[in-house]
Amino acid sequence: MTRKTLALPVRDRLRSWYRMAVQTAHLMVGLPDYATYVEHRRRHHPGEPVMSREAFFRDCQARRYSPAAGGGVRCC
Amino acid sequence: MATTDGTAQRSPLHWSVWALVGVAGAAAFAIVGLSRGETVNAVWLVVAAVCSYLIAYRFYSLFIANRVLRIDPVRATPATRRNDGLDYVPTNKYVLFGHHFAAIAGAGPLVGPVLAAQMGYLPSTLWIIAGVVFAGAVQDFIILFLSTRRDGRSLGDMIKSEMGAVPGVIALFGVLGIMIILLAVLALIVVKALADSPWGTFTVFATIPIAMLMGVYSRFLRAHRIGEMSAIGFVLLMAAIVFGQSVSESPTLAPMFTFSGESLALMLIAYGFIASVLPVWLLLAPRDYLSTFLKLGTIIGLAIGILIVMPELKMPAVSRFVDGTGPVFAGSLFPFLFITIACGAVSGFHSLIASGTTPKMIETEGQIRFIGYGAMLMESFVAIMALIAACVIEPGAYFAMNSPAAVIGSTAADAAAKISSWGFVITPDALTQLAHDVGEKTVLSRTGGAPTLAVGMAHILSNVIGGSTLMAFWYHFAILFEALFILTTVDAGTRVARFMIQDLLGTFVPTMRETRSWVANLVATTLAVGAWGYFLYQGVVDPLGGINTLWPLFGISNQMLAAIALILATVILFKMKRQAYAWVTIVPTAWLVVCTLTAGWQKVFHEAPAIGFIAQANRFSEALAQGTVLAPAKSVADMHRVIFANYLDAALCAVFMAIVVAMIVSGVISIRKALATPTVSTSEVGYDTKDLGTARA
Repeated sequence: MTRKTLALPVRDRLRSWYRMAVQTAHLMVGLPDYATYVEHRRRHHPGEPVMSREAFFRDCQARRYSPAAGGGVRCC
Repeated sequence: MATTDGTAQRSPLHWSVWALVGVAGAAAFAIVGLSRGETVNAVWLVVAAVCSYLIAYRFYSLFIANRVLRIDPVRATPATRRNDGLDYVPTNKYVLFGHHFAAIAGAGPLVGPVLAAQMGYLPSTLWIIAGVVFAGAVQDFIILFLSTRRDGRSLGDMIKSEMGAVPGVIALFGVLGIMIILLAVLALIVVKALADSPWGTFTVFATIPIAMLMGVYSRFLRAHRIGEMSAIGFVLLMAAIVFGQSVSESPTLAPMFTFSGESLALMLIAYGFIASVLPVWLLLAPRDYLSTFLKLGTIIGLAIGILIVMPELKMPAVSRFVDGTGPVFAGSLFPFLFITIACGAVSGFHSLIASGTTPKMIETEGQIRFIGYGAMLMESFVAIMALIAACVIEPGAYFAMNSPAAVIGSTAADAAAKISSWGFVITPDALTQLAHDVGEKTVLSRTGGAPTLAVGMAHILSNVIGGSTLMAFWYHFAILFEALFILTTVDAGTRVARFMIQDLLGTFVPTMRETRSWVANLVATTLAVGAWGYFLYQGVVDPLGGINTLWPLFGISNQMLAAIALILATVILFKMKRQAYAWVTIVPTAWLVVCTLTAGWQKVFHEAPAIGFIAQANRFSEALAQGTVLAPAKSVADMHRVIFANYLDAALCAVFMAIVVAMIVSGVISIRKALATPTVSTSEVGYDTKDLGTARA
């Protein structure tokens, strides 16, 4: 990614870094990128329902803390 | 490219830079290790650690990637094979590094080094660095790799399929055991930090309504706005710290938030029960967001603080307590240093994380080294910083905070006299002044590591911002930050323990598996909370202060889990026919096994009551036979309770040892089977069916 972003003008580069920082912060608390999800559904499951941002958030939140879904393990 | 063999065609500049890193590291080690008498600057510790990490990452981890594991960057990962946009998503490696680091970084690396500082900074530094390079980071890296090649399956699953059903169940019991002890010891740390501290208690209590407010905000008002609600939560938290001072100074409010250790323990048990049945969005999730961001910010802040302030280490390089007579925890350097510092050097718990969500998001195998090995190096650096924070405090104050009242008494004068007699000169006034500076009535016997770390951090951070006027603020900030993520762990961990109990009981009573059944949930929650709550309460009323009992048990169980994970890794290396390189996992496994079994044996059978559980039980039994009541027990019933608790601790310790031995035996059996099989006998995924026959094995 570095080489690609370095070729961009400064403003776009900053925007891309900002987006990455937000993605990192979100993933740290178990929230994957919504845009990636929508893009995935659109491309691979056309015509099928796509969760709204709210539903996506709730779904991810529930699974992050559900031991049945493999979540909830916190480190010491 | 990740596959580039490090020795191929590199410019002389490349090698001279690495030679420079090596020289700088060696010089730093020389200064840290050889200076006697004069104080050493903490920056040398940082330089020694960072240079070691760089060299280990550049050379050793690359060796493991290319020779031992033969990482294949073009091989499909679970994220690309099963991409679902949710769990399995190819993720940018820096983003995933952040995710993985946030998941592995907890309270452990902040507490262990603080306790181990009683032996001086040198033994801890050497173990943290050598441990992470040859054991901890190796474990995280290889388990992440193995799970990635097995569709992101969990450690327990992998043990079951690679070693058999019986070792799988044994390992599951081990994980449940470590979970219970972890929750008990973390809760004990919070209790020790908050006992008789209205300021701390108020701010930590305040996190509950603050988190709930955030939860409601993000559920009903502005859904999914994590950044927004975390910012609001952060501002409210800071306000709670500031207001906490007024609470502690108010004659009416202060008593409302002043509690003894016993009451706090009972409250925490009740809290654990209620919090773990509440919906996650209300309390657990919002506080998790706060604690994750606060933890990260604090770690970065502390690193910057150390580099700006460049504090001198006041603790000697090697203290007299390497002989095992130390007041913080009993037992000699070997084996107890190596189980006291688990997280930061090697933490078995990470094997659960490395086989959890991270392997499902790896973009290419080439990134496993950076995320698995790299994130653990970073965690190790956190441990080094915690060690520095503990060692910049006056050693006399350090021992006053970390010794149980039974050893140093409960007045500043007694404590100062006792500690000075050990050779760490301190005046009663200095101890009273320190308590006043951090806004507490006393700093004596505030064991558990958190308050010491808080004083060390306050010492460093107040030198950057605020000076002595903000010392008390920084102290309570540090206490809050630790309590915040410990409570998150208690809440989430209770849910995990409940689930595991339901799963285990479900084998005998199938209805117990019903996660929607109120009865099953209630029974399992009661068992989970009851189990860690029992050890917590015993820890609070323990004659030796609790930490001395529970932390070694936790260290033993955590290192036991690391040994299990490394045994699995060794077995799979043999199955892959890479046994020529199996020493990479065998050496750390052997070391961990020797440490856990020796420590376990001593905790059970050592004749000194401070170390051996049975000896302690006997001491109380004998006193009982003569009709005397030993402090802190106040009645015959108390005496019986102490005796029972010590036998129970001994039994638990023996169970941990038995698990280690059983896993070694089944590891050896699996290895012999693998050797008897002429072909590769483990199955991996990542190549299309047509490629399976030719998969590079």
